[in-house]
Amino acid sequence: MDHGEKRLMDKSQESLFVRLIPFFERYGILLLILIMIAVLHLLQPDVFLSWRNVTNIFKQVSWQSMLALGVFMVIVTAGIDLSVGSIIMLSLMGLAIASKAGMPWYVVMLVAPAIGFLCGMFNGIGITLLRMPHPFIMTLGTLYIFRGIGNLISGGVPITGFAEQIRVIGNGKIKLDVIFGEGAREYIPTSLILMIVIFFIFWIFLNHTRIGKWIYAIGGNPGAARAAGINVDRILIVVYTLCGFLAGIGGLILAGRTNSAYPNAGLQSELDAIAAVIIGGASFFGGRGTVLGVFAGVMIMGILRNGLNLMNVSVFWQQVLIGSIIILAVYIDVLRRQIATRT
Amino acid sequence: MSDNLVLEAKSVSKFFGTITALQNVDLHLNKGEVLGVVGDNGAGKSTLMKVLSGLYKPSEGSLFFDKEKVTLNSPRDSQNLGLEMVYQDLALAGNLPIGDNIFLGREPTRKVGPFNFLDHKKRKQLTEEHLAKLKINVKSADQKVEELSGGQRQAVAIARATAFNAKIVLMDEPTAALAVKEVGKVLDLILNLKKLGVSVIVISHRMDDIFTVCDRVMALFQGTNFAESELKNTSRDEVIGWIMGKKD
Repeated sequence: MDHGEKRLMDKSQESLFVRLIPFFERYGILLLILIMIAVLHLLQPDVFLSWRNVTNIFKQVSWQSMLALGVFMVIVTAGIDLSVGSIIMLSLMGLAIASKAGMPWYVVMLVAPAIGFLCGMFNGIGITLLRMPHPFIMTLGTLYIFRGIGNLISGGVPITGFAEQIRVIGNGKIKLDVIFGEGAREYIPTSLILMIVIFFIFWIFLNHTRIGKWIYAIGGNPGAARAAGINVDRILIVVYTLCGFLAGIGGLILAGRTNSAYPNAGLQSELDAIAAVIIGGASFFGGRGTVLGVFAGVMIMGILRNGLNLMNVSVFWQQVLIGSIIILAVYIDVLRRQIATRT
Repeated sequence: MSDNLVLEAKSVSKFFGTITALQNVDLHLNKGEVLGVVGDNGAGKSTLMKVLSGLYKPSEGSLFFDKEKVTLNSPRDSQNLGLEMVYQDLALAGNLPIGDNIFLGREPTRKVGPFNFLDHKKRKQLTEEHLAKLKINVKSADQKVEELSGGQRQAVAIARATAFNAKIVLMDEPTAALAVKEVGKVLDLILNLKKLGVSVIVISHRMDDIFTVCDRVMALFQGTNFAESELKNTSRDEVIGWIMGKKD
């Protein structure tokens, strides 16, 4: 009884600031995006919010968001996947070779996700069955292996020219003549629709299925998950396989967008993916983060790059800024936690 | 022996290579009874619990659930027979809410077409009912476990163990890591389980625990049955003597 009363008292004494913390925790990142949009709109009123530029941002982030979503699930289990940038390149090269070999477009389309799936499963099996001490090591190894294989099968040269059906995925336009009248230039990129659908599916998966719940439980306390009868190794293999599969879809989108497979595809994009996940509020120690946060993290990276490009800020300054934002985002999280534990 | 027997171990021995952890140990437990198991470190208490829960296979001897002889191949087998273990390290995921922890691995689901989705409403309702039944007070079933005190966490661990109508609950040092003021709440919870007809085995070093909740106490010494008594026929000093291997 006395406990309940004490808690009631505490609640009335909580300052407005403290009571706002859960609100910021949930929606702070969307607020940050709105602020960025507002500032960039003021700086570039004619260009930034134009239909052309906004669709451009979405087309740019669509393939990167697939990597971020996959890496996010891995990070929720307190793991890491450094190989997604190489998986995207290998699946892109596999797709290009299948296309060059004259396979029908629907087979070519399946090649990239299938290669990603197998690469991810290879990571997962290595981490669990081979008892690698940390996913960092396994996926660092496959970062080299997958890109090496990609260069071996392609001879290290770009391959260009894919079927129209492949190009539509990364570059297609859904015309909005119905809304804007005949011959209007406004459109929705196919890749944006694909991105929204996939994010929605994975939101359902992580929040409304048992396996999704177990992924969070493993990140929180793998011992508890085991004691609850959950086959932790099997779930980890599922997670890494899905991560690879998403990177393969990223490869498919990239193929459509660039109409070519090139040796440097996806180079260092694993780091962008990790950055987006961390900016989106996921904990590097596992068990924490949301799909919406990942989406926001990806958008922040995309909007920032786009905005800085529009203002002709050099790539070097962009690197400095993005790095600073990663550190700042995590530091805000540290501060928030300090305040939360003090109450 | 009484008709209420729910669990019995007969001359159980457990060898690890040349080491004898248990030698011809007997144990019995009645319905709604709280049995205290005491003994010095290395006396074989934890080994005995692991044999009862199916984590270890006994080298010799046999186990009886409801007077039927059983062979346990894993903790899953003992769970299916209605025996749950509350682990010393609690085995909870701090990042998940209370309800998720209680139902972890056994989540209620509902079917939508060919897919099974989590039934959040049902889980919340079952959690609230179960917590109320055990008289566990928390702000909300949605509170994350990491926000709870040590005693509340222990209560959640016990709630988890009893959520599926367990008939027998094993607890290894349930009050060891708790602040003094929280010990009483956990002991109340054990008495509550007893009232609900659950049989409990408590391993503890603390005589206060034993003499507050137990009906009977048994002492192991160097892997063997050393002494046993109804609680009302013994005293703290005598039980402490048993732990040190002294008998009058």
